[in-house]
Amino acid sequence: MNLEILGYSFIQKGLIAGTAIAIICSLMGMFLVLRRYSLFGDALSHMAFGGISLGLFTGIYPLWTAFIVSVLGALGITKLRKSTKISGDAAIAVLLVSGLGIGVLLISATGGFKVDLFSFLFGSILLISTEDMLLILGISSGIIATLVALRKQLLHLTFDEEQAQVSGINTDKLNYVFVVLASITVITSMRLVGILLISALIVLPNITAIMFGKGFKKTIALSVSMSVISVVSGIILSYYLDLAPSGTIVMISVAMLVGTLLFKYVNVLGKSHVIQKLTSEA
Amino acid sequence: MNVLEVSDVSIKYNGHLAVDKINFNVKEGDLLGIVGPNGAGKTTLFKAIIGLQNHSGKIKLFGYDEADYQPLLPLIGYVSQKVSFEPNFPATVSEVVSMGLIPEKKLRKGAVLLKNCGYSWNLLYKKVGKDSDKVLECLKTAGLESLKDRRIGDLSGGELQRVFIAKALVKDPVLLILDEPVTGVDADAQNKFYTVLRKINTENKITIVWSSHDLEAISKLANRVACMNRKLFFHGEKEEFFSNKELLKTYAESAMQMHMHDHN
Repeated sequence: MNLEILGYSFIQKGLIAGTAIAIICSLMGMFLVLRRYSLFGDALSHMAFGGISLGLFTGIYPLWTAFIVSVLGALGITKLRKSTKISGDAAIAVLLVSGLGIGVLLISATGGFKVDLFSFLFGSILLISTEDMLLILGISSGIIATLVALRKQLLHLTFDEEQAQVSGINTDKLNYVFVVLASITVITSMRLVGILLISALIVLPNITAIMFGKGFKKTIALSVSMSVISVVSGIILSYYLDLAPSGTIVMISVAMLVGTLLFKYVNVLGKSHVIQKLTSEA
Repeated sequence: MNVLEVSDVSIKYNGHLAVDKINFNVKEGDLLGIVGPNGAGKTTLFKAIIGLQNHSGKIKLFGYDEADYQPLLPLIGYVSQKVSFEPNFPATVSEVVSMGLIPEKKLRKGAVLLKNCGYSWNLLYKKVGKDSDKVLECLKTAGLESLKDRRIGDLSGGELQRVFIAKALVKDPVLLILDEPVTGVDADAQNKFYTVLRKINTENKITIVWSSHDLEAISKLANRVACMNRKLFFHGEKEEFFSNKELLKTYAESAMQMHMHDHN
């Protein structure tokens, strides 16, 4: 395999934007997974689907409507959870079906599925313009800077919300900031893998990294590395194999997870074999 | 000096009266043991003290009313009965303890309040330079330095509770509230925990309020005792409580009733 494709401008833009998205999805995803909000990304992306349909229906730039609908939906569901004791998974289901419902309704009113919609559903990272790439880089930098600034409070909130509150953290405010950041991350990342596969980028690298049994900083570093490797290798491989980049990226992440599971299994099996041998010799 | 004053505090929880007009105080350096059966309202009362539960009546910290003592709340160390966290949470013992560190700017107002009321804040860990060194010192106090790099989910129940004590200590708390910290922990781990408790009360001079069912441990460690079951039945010196046979009998009976109720 020669790497002449790296000379193509559309591949370069795809790789740069893809790497930025890989980083923010992995960072946000760590907090989402640990708070048992793994499907929150999926729910937000379905809200975004409703927003995109609204954009296509009204003629407004769909990413803006997607952003507004997702953020409002996420804030609304956070408020609903707090005031009605509705459980986390049920709240996510409400968000998910509402988004999908609005989407299907507006699409039927607009006259059915169009090409634009498919690029949002399945991603189109190799079709982005330089402006898109710069926008993704700008937003990603903002998200990373905010996460770095709030890392201690977010970690405490994720570990134990009550204790975070006792130590003087305004947990209500932080929860709202958190869902807005998650919404921005999802909307920004839709261009890479599309609405339907966004959860993969949020969940897979993190659960794989957690399996290594390291501390928080090392787990984050592992997750970001795996996320970037899967996106970069996914984009390159999809070009040579003539496959959809989104599916290739996701399947590489799945392969990493399965590989880690197998490695852990073989390791445990090996250890128990050694113990068995030592006890029989004794 | 009174660190904590609870006057006529009543709390309604899920429609019923969980705490009924309770009065007691905690003096500087006290180790107050609170005994009471399950469902006696101890946790609800603690939550009111740390600002997480609405109530009627008055709670004062260092003589300040609730409206004024908010900046002091981050200076209370609170260890709850059970911390439920994701079992695979990727954090080491050191990382969990460092979550207890509070930025200096958040402590300034509280420090001014303490100075104004003449309380000499015992800064043991804040004097230590780097954050990582403070964390290590607290781990040493809790007897956990050898576990500092272990992942939190790999610890036993007793070790975990000592980690949470270390996390509460790292901010040099002016009051430590422990809510049945060693329930469900084996005897050996309980003894290690009690050693740490004695050390932080006598050597670190930290005022402690501690709820427990372990009357023997309370008789050894606490200097004052409060006995409650929604209402307060006793508050005073430990010797007085343990010499009052009638009170002990009433406590044992109500604890047994609650135990039977819990298991039916």
